[in-house]
Amino acid sequence: MPKVKIPRKSTTIDMTAMVDVSFLLLTFFMLTTQFKSDDMIIVDTPSSISEIKLPETDILNISVTKDGKVFFSIDNKNFTREKLLAKITEKHPELQFTAEEERAFVLSGSIGVPLNELKGYLALEEVDRKMYPQPGIPCDSTRNELGDWILQGRISNPGARITINGDQGAPWAVVKRVMNTLQDKKVNKFNLITDLEADPNKLKGI
Amino acid sequence: MAELAQQDSGHKKGKKKGRKKMSTKIDLTPMVDLGFLLVTFFMLTTTFSKPQTMEINLPVKDPIENPEEEPGVKASKSLTIIMGEDNKLFWYIGLTTEPLEGPNGTNYTADGIRKVLLEKNATIADMVVLIKPADKSIYKNVVDILDEMNISNIKRYALVDITPEDLELIKNL
Repeated sequence: MPKVKIPRKSTTIDMTAMVDVSFLLLTFFMLTTQFKSDDMIIVDTPSSISEIKLPETDILNISVTKDGKVFFSIDNKNFTREKLLAKITEKHPELQFTAEEERAFVLSGSIGVPLNELKGYLALEEVDRKMYPQPGIPCDSTRNELGDWILQGRISNPGARITINGDQGAPWAVVKRVMNTLQDKKVNKFNLITDLEADPNKLKGI
Repeated sequence: MAELAQQDSGHKKGKKKGRKKMSTKIDLTPMVDLGFLLVTFFMLTTTFSKPQTMEINLPVKDPIENPEEEPGVKASKSLTIIMGEDNKLFWYIGLTTEPLEGPNGTNYTADGIRKVLLEKNATIADMVVLIKPADKSIYKNVVDILDEMNISNIKRYALVDITPEDLELIKNL
């Protein structure tokens, strides 16, 4: 009986196809990616069946965290943030910002400090700023700085859409105060940011 | 460095005669490694789900000049939902002082408030829902109820401030 010889096969495999796939995926992700904003605040939004998509720009966002702190942010389309800071300085002449602090304001995400702490907050190094315990923007009846921010923000970018980004556990008392502030500033139409949830009516149809 | 390079080139030139056929295949494994590394990076940093939004319109906040002229809601057509603390939920029909039905406790599930809303919406024509979140309720509760309005296709509803009478009513439930 002759021995059955198993021919030796090379262990190298052609990687070309794999490269193709990996670079295809890479291109896809590079083109579709939107980097997560490095906001320090954590907001876990509730879900709803609403399917209106949020536009990417022209957003004036008010975040309410779980512990009831209020944060303000606006995107920097057409130098909105520069204009906004100029408006704030105009109204509060005691606040004079250096060029570096202005730059920090433009680049930072959400603002959650009262006006009297703003200068000190912006003067910090970027790393320290992330660690800074922001107390939230005061919006109670005695000192409603949130109203100022909303007003000046709308002047800086009149086309801005106003959104409320509330955490699931945010106390309603705080959200109500934010909504009342908006109403005081004649903003009666705004959007609540939510996650998508399946519509039970549509599910029945399947 | 220079020495090394010289030595190297010396070796090659000295020994090789004529052209050796080189394979055109190159090892692509490092390239794949790099490719997948970058894919992983982009996958982890990207945000896919664009957030959805729910639009709400609040009435203009102007002092009403003649409160008598303000159109009221017929008591029998108003359903009030009260959101309490710890995800508690109550509903009643009619006035706070003399509810026609309820107050009943319920919950946020499909068998709870949604069933009530669908039932009442079918039986009561032109029903108006008054949503009264207590200060101790959380934001999720309010969004859930607003969402229920969309699900049950109720067009007439309003967010109303809670009154002490309402709190009194649900206190013993």
